[in-house]
Amino acid sequence: MLNKIETKELNLYYGEKHALKDVSLNIAEKSITAFIGPSGCGKSTFLKVLNRMQDYVDGVKIDGQVLLDDEDIFGQGVDTTLLRKKVGMVFQQPNPFPMSIYDNVAYGPRIHGIKNKKQLDEIVEKSLKAAALYEEVSDRLHTSALGLSGGQQQRLCIARCLAVEPEVILLDEPTSALDPISTLKIEELLMELKDKYTIAIVTHNMQQASRIADYTAFFLVGEMVEYGKTDKIFTFPEDKRTEDYITGRFG
Amino acid sequence: MRKFFNDELEKLNVDLTKMAHLVEVSLENTIDAFKHQNKQLAKDIIANDRLINDMERAIESRSFNLMLRQQPIAGDLRAVTSALKIVTDLERIGDQASDIAEIILGFDGEQVYRTVEHIPSMAKKAKLMVHESIEAFISQDLQRAKIAKKMDDEIDQLFQEVKQEVMEIIKENHERVDFSIDFLMIAKYLERIGDHASNICEWLEFNQTGKVNNHRLM
Ligand SMILES: Nc1ncnc2c1ncn2[C@@H]1O[C@H](COP(=O)(O)OP(=O)(O)OP(=O)(O)O)[C@@H](O)[C@H]1O
Ligand SMILES: [Mg+2]
Repeated sequence: MLNKIETKELNLYYGEKHALKDVSLNIAEKSITAFIGPSGCGKSTFLKVLNRMQDYVDGVKIDGQVLLDDEDIFGQGVDTTLLRKKVGMVFQQPNPFPMSIYDNVAYGPRIHGIKNKKQLDEIVEKSLKAAALYEEVSDRLHTSALGLSGGQQQRLCIARCLAVEPEVILLDEPTSALDPISTLKIEELLMELKDKYTIAIVTHNMQQASRIADYTAFFLVGEMVEYGKTDKIFTFPEDKRTEDYITGRFG
Repeated sequence: MRKFFNDELEKLNVDLTKMAHLVEVSLENTIDAFKHQNKQLAKDIIANDRLINDMERAIESRSFNLMLRQQPIAGDLRAVTSALKIVTDLERIGDQASDIAEIILGFDGEQVYRTVEHIPSMAKKAKLMVHESIEAFISQDLQRAKIAKKMDDEIDQLFQEVKQEVMEIIKENHERVDFSIDFLMIAKYLERIGDHASNICEWLEFNQTGKVNNHRLM
């Protein structure tokens, strides 16, 4: 098992607020890693560090290292556009752009300089297929993405993310606004995608983590308390705090 | 937190404890009925076995419901699944006590408890082992379970002795073949009871460690 991402003693401060405390964690290549933990423990913060989303937040201070393929993403000369192309992100609320389905998916590739219509057509079709959405929308690619259902919108966001051929996909509670069928579709999709991509997902749904994740990390007030194979975490966690949390006896 | 679920787990434990005590009493009565050729007691044991079977179903149903509605994980999942496994062993012990009672009902007065010398010690050991396994489980005492589990070897050893004795009896007196087979079957049931008691100890180990005989199941 190779590590796609490694963080080393990562600390993050929002002003005075110490939001991540010495987090050292590996994210294995071509597998799914889940982040669980109570609200406010720093899961989203951690996920966002991985593609430097906090660059735009005032008063954020980060120390420690984040290595992507052994290279520090905060190192000198790192191109953040390229970083975010490699490390894509999908959010809790589906956020399609107010444009057609086609243009949503073509958006990224266009930014990265692809103009050829035939090439874009191919990328759009391939990405929608990979996101298990193509069949549902193939006859209305040029209608507004806002007319899709929530579950379809979320798969569109995944397609949009795949269109720029990322290596890592970060998902922050991607199914929390979806019905069980759409949720299962996304879960199955992630299980298929992990053959090609490294996936990290934040979820509040323990069953979801245990269904799809190969590895699970438990966070508590900014600390990474326990990390391990999902089977182990959900059957015999080492730390009592992990057991208390996953069995709902926390607090 | 999880008050409802904790209460449900507690009820599961109370039921298991009740059932375990019914089984223990049934085994004690069986040995008593055998000792004193008490056919009325043997009949009661057989009738009471229904209660044990009913309890098994009730505990199974409660466990399935908990799994369905609460989706227990980690220690909670082990608590529910080990309860599910243990009821099977308890129920089997009850069955075997009642099987022995059936044999006693067929006795014609000639069968003296001590004819086969090692049967009384086997019965005594089996009874003790069942008691210790159940107590270990109820108090979640892994050390006590380990000691109880070791008794199984002694029971197996005693069974070999009984087999030898029965063969001698048959060799010496062909007219006692029926009777000897009855004794041999009783001994075999006692030996099986030891195996089930040993399983109970293993499920306790599983409940606490996720392992059985150092083999990780969960
Ligand atoms: N931009 C910000 N400025 C200041 N504090 C922030 C900012 N973003 C997050 N925080 C704080 O950092 C901590 C971690 O927040 P984060 O969003 O990472 O939590 P989370 O684990 O994702 O929670 P949830 O499960 O509710 O999404 C919280 O205490 C939060 O209030
Ligand atoms: Mg969050």
